[in-house]
Amino acid sequence: MNSDAWMTLLFAIVGGAVRVGTPFLFVSLGECLTEKSGRINLGLEGVLVLAAMAGFGGSYLTGSWWLGVLLAGACGALLALLHGVLCSLPRVSDIATGIALMLLGTGLAFYLGKPLIQPQAPQIPSLALGWWSASQQVQSALSINALFPIGVLLAAVMHWGFANTRPGLVVRMAGDSSDAARALGYSVNGVRIAATTAGGFIAGIGGASLSLYYPGSWNEGLSSGQGLIAVALVIFARWRPWRCLGAALLFGGAGAIGPALQSVGISGGYYLFGAVPYALTLVILVATSSTRGSLRGAPAELGVSR
Amino acid sequence: MSEQRWNRRELIQAAGALGLVGITGRALAQKPLTAGFIYVGARDDYGYNQSHADAVALVRKMPGLKVVEEENVPETNAVQKTMQGMISQDGATLLFPTSYGYFDPHILALAPRNPNVRFAHCGGLWQAGKDPSNVGSFFGYIDEAQYLNGVVAAFSTKSRKLGFIAAKPIPQVLRNINAFAMGARSVHPDITVTVIFTGDWSMPVKEAEATNSLADQGVDVFTMHVDGPKVIVETAARRGKFVCGYHASQAKLAPQAYLTGAEWNWIVPYKMIIDAAQSGKPHPNFVRGGLKEGFVKSSAYGPAVSDGARKQAETVRAAMLADKFDIFKGELKDNTGKVVIPAGKVYKQTDVALEGMNYLVDGVIGKV
Amino acid sequence: MSTPRNWHAPAEALLLPVLALAAALLLFGVFCWFGGQSPTEVWALLFRGAFGDAFSWQNTLQRAAPLMLTALAVALPAQTGLTVIGGEGALALGALGCAALPYIVSVPGGVVGSTMVLASGALLGALWVALAGVLRQWRRVNETISSLLLSYIAIAVFKYCVEGPMRDPASLNKPSTRPLDEALRIGAIAPDSFLGDVHWGLVIGIVACVLFGAWLSFTAQGFSLRVVGGNARTARLVGLATNRLVVLACALGGACAGLAGAIEVAAVQTSANASVIAGMGYTGILVSFVARHNPWAIPPVAILFGGFAAAGSLLQRRLGLPDASVLVLQGFAFVCILGAEALRGRLFPLLTSRPAFTVTKAKTGDKVIA
Repeated sequence: MNSDAWMTLLFAIVGGAVRVGTPFLFVSLGECLTEKSGRINLGLEGVLVLAAMAGFGGSYLTGSWWLGVLLAGACGALLALLHGVLCSLPRVSDIATGIALMLLGTGLAFYLGKPLIQPQAPQIPSLALGWWSASQQVQSALSINALFPIGVLLAAVMHWGFANTRPGLVVRMAGDSSDAARALGYSVNGVRIAATTAGGFIAGIGGASLSLYYPGSWNEGLSSGQGLIAVALVIFARWRPWRCLGAALLFGGAGAIGPALQSVGISGGYYLFGAVPYALTLVILVATSSTRGSLRGAPAELGVSR
Repeated sequence: MSEQRWNRRELIQAAGALGLVGITGRALAQKPLTAGFIYVGARDDYGYNQSHADAVALVRKMPGLKVVEEENVPETNAVQKTMQGMISQDGATLLFPTSYGYFDPHILALAPRNPNVRFAHCGGLWQAGKDPSNVGSFFGYIDEAQYLNGVVAAFSTKSRKLGFIAAKPIPQVLRNINAFAMGARSVHPDITVTVIFTGDWSMPVKEAEATNSLADQGVDVFTMHVDGPKVIVETAARRGKFVCGYHASQAKLAPQAYLTGAEWNWIVPYKMIIDAAQSGKPHPNFVRGGLKEGFVKSSAYGPAVSDGARKQAETVRAAMLADKFDIFKGELKDNTGKVVIPAGKVYKQTDVALEGMNYLVDGVIGKV
Repeated sequence: MSTPRNWHAPAEALLLPVLALAAALLLFGVFCWFGGQSPTEVWALLFRGAFGDAFSWQNTLQRAAPLMLTALAVALPAQTGLTVIGGEGALALGALGCAALPYIVSVPGGVVGSTMVLASGALLGALWVALAGVLRQWRRVNETISSLLLSYIAIAVFKYCVEGPMRDPASLNKPSTRPLDEALRIGAIAPDSFLGDVHWGLVIGIVACVLFGAWLSFTAQGFSLRVVGGNARTARLVGLATNRLVVLACALGGACAGLAGAIEVAAVQTSANASVIAGMGYTGILVSFVARHNPWAIPPVAILFGGFAAAGSLLQRRLGLPDASVLVLQGFAFVCILGAEALRGRLFPLLTSRPAFTVTKAKTGDKVIA
């Protein structure tokens, strides 16, 4: 492969990282918030799909993309609220509830989304950050989803908020030591429900990114386990918002390798290339997990760090 | 007393007479034929399943016919149960399972158990002596329309690079890719077609990614062979590229970018098979047809198609309709340099050898 | 406050799921009513489609058969406290193993050969899920996520092998491995009876559930598994080889999923191809949770969910409901069952006594292994 082809491949990966990574970014940030408060929400897959459908439907019916995005966030918040409430009942396992909501969210989305498969809805606009370049490829690789900078901003806000604001500290307390939180007069369940709902809202926006930007259409094959993968991303991002951003971009870029390689003529084994993101995540998870006790940085109350 | 007996006798006679009329009446009145249609995906996917659903909507208007449909039936035991359910519960005597994977083993398992039911499978390779006689397969030579797609695409490409996004490298798909490439290269022999295989029939994120990768490479006309072309059409249009449709017309999705398309016209084979069932003629076992027979058609030309392109495409179409045009003839080399059709050999569209195609012709960048 | 009676617990164990299912059906009826359908029609069709006649029973049992095995793939590791959801991948590898064995060794016909191909499928599945267990015990990697990632990787490997090196050139437009020899295939149990074409996989599934149920309830090893699940620290203090037991549970669960895949090839598809991957692994997760990971309860729950799926077909054809309605119903069922868990231990006091006793606010530390 000559250097031209390598450059093209590189740009394809960068472009793909942002394109494919945006939903991962939002879902992992949402899950990060939820897990910091001590609850694990596996139902984000259902949230993602339901929000994608709702966002598409909202945009289609109202004609405005940002109303669609808001609707997507609201739906995500609602489903996550259900998760939060169910988990606060005694003897109910986080993980089981998550799987239940994954099923319910997906089922509702497919059921209600039947009339939305055909139509087109107003899309989220792109920000053309590559205007300075003459090359078509650079331009298209840097033409990014308007939601992506919002996601980056959100990561920054969360990073700062967890360390410096009272709500952030309360959330972390509920996640690290529920006794301490209770001693200070906060209802641990209440904090967790709030965090889960907010996380659902954020993840819902990620869903809107799928159906209103890339691929930009609603159909039943839209998500291929992205919600669940985002949970894995949070773990190997060590619950740090900036690392969630990095992980999302890494995963998105890994997903773009397969088609990019095929387009420069390296085909064969495309299934295996398709498995690269998952294998990469697993390898990194294994490499960064420690044999000594719980994962460093994990909220102590989280079921994950048993 | 005598009145009652007379009344009862009369009642019985009347009942008997009515019964007789009832029986003959039922025999005289045409019992509606119930036909069952089975889709592997969603009916309104702007693609393969929709092409069938559109034809079914027309079938519903045919007299003496009752239609039941079921969608999203996977290619597992579930389809056997669906078919059997349509037979036992809905009384269907003619079934149209439309996905390729339903044929073996599912239809082949069910057909011997239901000898009075006709199975019309879309895409399968029915073989005399091997497969049951109440099973038949029908399909269209849509590669002819893809050839025309290629001719039109050749006039619209500035970079001389075309793109083809396909699901899997199976013969039906390879035939389309080859036809598209040969159609384009008949106008400009230096055109190349880059193929990306996504791995499965419906993967919207991968399809969008493939479109973007190809667009990054400089490809400026796209076509595809996936179940739902909507994502590719929209993504290509958003990148300012042209697109040729497939399965059904996606012109509404991108009116400026849509050049033309290769569409199915399933109502023609449907009618053939339904007519045979309704009139008691034997079930057609192997039904094939192309542009000439009306099994496939091309979409209307979009606004971006030049007059020169239209003229050229229509010339080729006329030749195809007059049976004077062969797509697959020697000498044909594949993209590794091997000769796959020796000089002088001509494969007619109906030639079964074409149903086993396993190569990509010269000019196609990609590997089987 | 009334004192709990001896019969309260088992009665609850039966009543709570029944009540939960009733609630789910009610919710589903209301949901359909919003969509313009008559709830009574929906319920009637659900029953007819699942259990109405011999054909419905065949449909239901056919769909329930693989679910029993894939549910065991979740239930067995759950006994040790793990939540493993990678059954789909293990199933795919099992199908691959079954189809691949004849490529490597020459397999004799008959029951011996069938057992060999099924065993090879089970072995591959066992190894794969055991890997998740190993990663958890020795590297502290969360098994839910690792099993899921491994599942995706397994499916990719399956598709690669089936469409690449192991592909049968005669399988033109449906890439598959070479068809399994007739002598190795699994047939119907009693083709001429009301069971119709229900194959031996159903029997294998039921037998597996019964065997594992007995193993867990009545043997020392099974008991030690549950001790590990109850409290790993205590188990280690008592001297149990926790790590080995966890990996064993994972391997057994994976073997069940692999067996399910192998049966799909041997009984239904006759070769390994992409149609084998049809979500049975994921539905098995649902079945196991609803059965509270108890192998004795898995067969009836599997039949129930098989019934839902069978009825979905009828709902589509008669009422024009989208096929996703079955997913919605399953979702409601799962959510209601989980909510009903909260009532465990309180159902009878709630029903029988005056609400003079206070329901204490739940301690947030309460986490139960399903």
